[in-house]
Amino acid sequence: MEFLNNIFVYIAQWIRETLAALGFTPVWVEMGMGTVYLVSILGVCTLAALFYVLWERKLAGYIQYRPGPNRLGPNGWFQTVADAIKLLTKEDVVPCGADKPVHLLAPVFIFVPTVLALAVVPFGKGMAAIDLDLGIFYLIAVTSLSTIPIFMGGWGSNNKYSLLGAMRAVAQMISYEIPLVFSLLGVVLITGTLQLQGIVAAQSNIWFVFLQPVAFLIFIIAATAETNRAPFDLPEGESELTAGIYTEYSGMKWALFFLAEYCNLFIVSAIGVTVFLGGWQGPLLPSWVWFLIKTHLLFSFFIWIRWTFPRIRVDQLMNFGWKFLVPLSLANVFITGIGVYIYYNGLGW
Amino acid sequence: MENKKKYQEMLTGKFGDNVVINAEKPYELYANATNLLEIVEFLKTEGLNFLADISSADYKEFFEVVYQLYSFDDSDHLTVKVKLTHDNPQVTSLTSLWETADWLEREVYDLMGITFINHPNLERILTWEGFEGHPLRKDFVSKSGRK
Amino acid sequence: MKTQTYTLNLGPQHPSTHGVLRVVLELDGETCVGSKTHVGYLHRGIEKILEDRTYPQVIPYTDRLDYLAGINNNLAYVQTIEKLMNIEIPERAEYIRVMLSELMRIASHMVGIGIYIMDLGAISAVFYPFIEREKILDMMSHLSGSRMTFNYLRIGGIAHDLHPDFKPALDQFITEFPRFIEDYHRLIDENEIFIARTKKTGAITAEKAMSYGLTGPNLRASGVNHDIRKTNPYSIYDRFDFEVPVGENGDCYDRYVVRMKEVEESFKIIQQAYKELPNGPVMAKVPKLIKPPVGDVYHQAENPKGVLGCYVVSDGTPKPSRVHFRRPSFNNISIFDEIFIGHKIADVVAILASFDFVLGEVDA
Repeated sequence: MEFLNNIFVYIAQWIRETLAALGFTPVWVEMGMGTVYLVSILGVCTLAALFYVLWERKLAGYIQYRPGPNRLGPNGWFQTVADAIKLLTKEDVVPCGADKPVHLLAPVFIFVPTVLALAVVPFGKGMAAIDLDLGIFYLIAVTSLSTIPIFMGGWGSNNKYSLLGAMRAVAQMISYEIPLVFSLLGVVLITGTLQLQGIVAAQSNIWFVFLQPVAFLIFIIAATAETNRAPFDLPEGESELTAGIYTEYSGMKWALFFLAEYCNLFIVSAIGVTVFLGGWQGPLLPSWVWFLIKTHLLFSFFIWIRWTFPRIRVDQLMNFGWKFLVPLSLANVFITGIGVYIYYNGLGW
Repeated sequence: MENKKKYQEMLTGKFGDNVVINAEKPYELYANATNLLEIVEFLKTEGLNFLADISSADYKEFFEVVYQLYSFDDSDHLTVKVKLTHDNPQVTSLTSLWETADWLEREVYDLMGITFINHPNLERILTWEGFEGHPLRKDFVSKSGRK
Repeated sequence: MKTQTYTLNLGPQHPSTHGVLRVVLELDGETCVGSKTHVGYLHRGIEKILEDRTYPQVIPYTDRLDYLAGINNNLAYVQTIEKLMNIEIPERAEYIRVMLSELMRIASHMVGIGIYIMDLGAISAVFYPFIEREKILDMMSHLSGSRMTFNYLRIGGIAHDLHPDFKPALDQFITEFPRFIEDYHRLIDENEIFIARTKKTGAITAEKAMSYGLTGPNLRASGVNHDIRKTNPYSIYDRFDFEVPVGENGDCYDRYVVRMKEVEESFKIIQQAYKELPNGPVMAKVPKLIKPPVGDVYHQAENPKGVLGCYVVSDGTPKPSRVHFRRPSFNNISIFDEIFIGHKIADVVAILASFDFVLGEVDA
């Protein structure tokens, strides 16, 4: 049991010892381990995207009374692989008049914040590639970068639909960043730490979703908006903007955007699980299994939302963000602050 | 039916020879092309407040533009026809009375080549801008020679 | 800061123009300040083609006008000819015609509502109505061998009597359909986002609607109680008990509500017609060669999309001299240029979708 629980930690240790035994100096050992971490994060990223693309299609099919992909492999589980191969072999089309470097770099850059964010996610007990003291702060800083490649894609495509989508994306992601941060701040106030492992450890008795239900709700809404998922999928808004920012992207470039979308949603689910749902904590099963189960459930919840609601309009989106979510999240932080003060200092009389 | 008699009596009283009632079909009347706007405007104030359709027919010697008027108040239906010469088919536009006349008249213009005077935007609607001729005319010959 | 408007070409290839409608929008940011609708990309010259067809040969072409409700178009046309030739058709044929027309009305509204909600972003909402529509199309393919272009009605009756497979399928449909209506109301009616998107969006006053020649659910949503089935009953519609649902504000929400209620009323008519269905022949005695007397005739019928008018001029030969259709969608969408102004792009799409037009009919 203990072995299963720590299997990945042991593997990392073994690699480290082997590298040392081979006679590398400590600097090189660290460099080697860095490479190992990077490769495993990229692996997680790709695997998660590949799996969830199919899972979403299956679940959507279930919601809509249809089988979903069911042709290739057992129950259609190889469908995404086939799709990926098809996308890889497609012609690379660059629209005329496009800002070529910007257009081409956007799909590459969109993966940077994704990979950076995964580096600090605690997949299990002692299983974060880097356990930063400023974990949450780092996460927020890094994920907010994803606005830039999306805007690059919209701007560089030389298409009005793309440009409109990009404008919407920027407005939306900046607006919803604020409630997202404030919703996490409540938890930080309670635990007094920004370190993700510390936050998980603080939930050994009670999950923060029960202490901070409002914050959790705000987090879910803001996270849906941050990842541009329905009902906040305005930047893509297929019935309005054909495909919004992705209009001029095809083949591998589009696939990268697509994979990044799923990776981002995976990260957002992982953050939600870590901060509000007790992270990797749970009885009996190994910690990383618990983490994956919880993330999977939260991810499925996002899918359920997406396939149920109509899309909100752009002015309603802004109103909702600034006039409702921001004040609500501020109030939440304020009340949490008072509660924490009373908890630690008594009522003072 | 009584309502239709009522319209007919009122019309003949007001416009005299400019309106000809079809003896066989009580719901049908021929209007003089020059007086069309006044006649239809009068009918509109009398309750035929809905322009259902404008169609046209080519009888080789002359054109007919057919207006279908309808009343929401007493579910009445009246057909107003206008005869136009083949050389210079022109009739006043009804766009000042009903906005639906805009598209309907454009369609008649496009396919039958009847000009509507005072139409704000008389251009082709179903065929493309460079199209030559008006296909619903009997003497229309397609470029490809197909009928 | 100096700003300027820009032109956005919505269509003819666009996911929510329902085919090949093209709207050139003048936009100030997201807000529409000018609009010009272009139609004709699907113009097939049906009215010209029909000059060279015999009277029965016209029927398949009517299927292709509003291809979501072929039977209703068939009905309007064959009744026009029957009116011209004074043909009495057998009771049983009348009942079957009405029953099928109402089934097609449900099928057409299922598409209209489903696509409408989908264009608002709720993709799943399109699948449930399509399941019901599929049942109807299956029944129709039992009857006519075709799912959408039926060519089933004839001048003087219907092509042949009901197929034995039709009745069990209809029985099943009648038992299952109320459940769907209930579920769908629960899914959509009080959805907060749906209400926010559609209430007060694209509101049309009754006067505007009448002036622009709107008919069908779009007119009734504006509060005008006008349904040819009630006001000028054709076929045997005067024998059935049904309501004409009317909206209040003429906004996108009302257009949804009116369509949903209309589906329920159609369902009532189907049940009544099915119960009272008499036995007997399904074809009247009509001459082999159909040669109507010289003259012209105009006939209107209430189609799912609005009032379909059919104007036929006969010159006494076996071929019609002129067949003209008043296509409801054509008149309905002429109002677009005016109501788009001042709305956001997302609203423009919502209005487009709420009108439920068919380009096959607009362009003829």
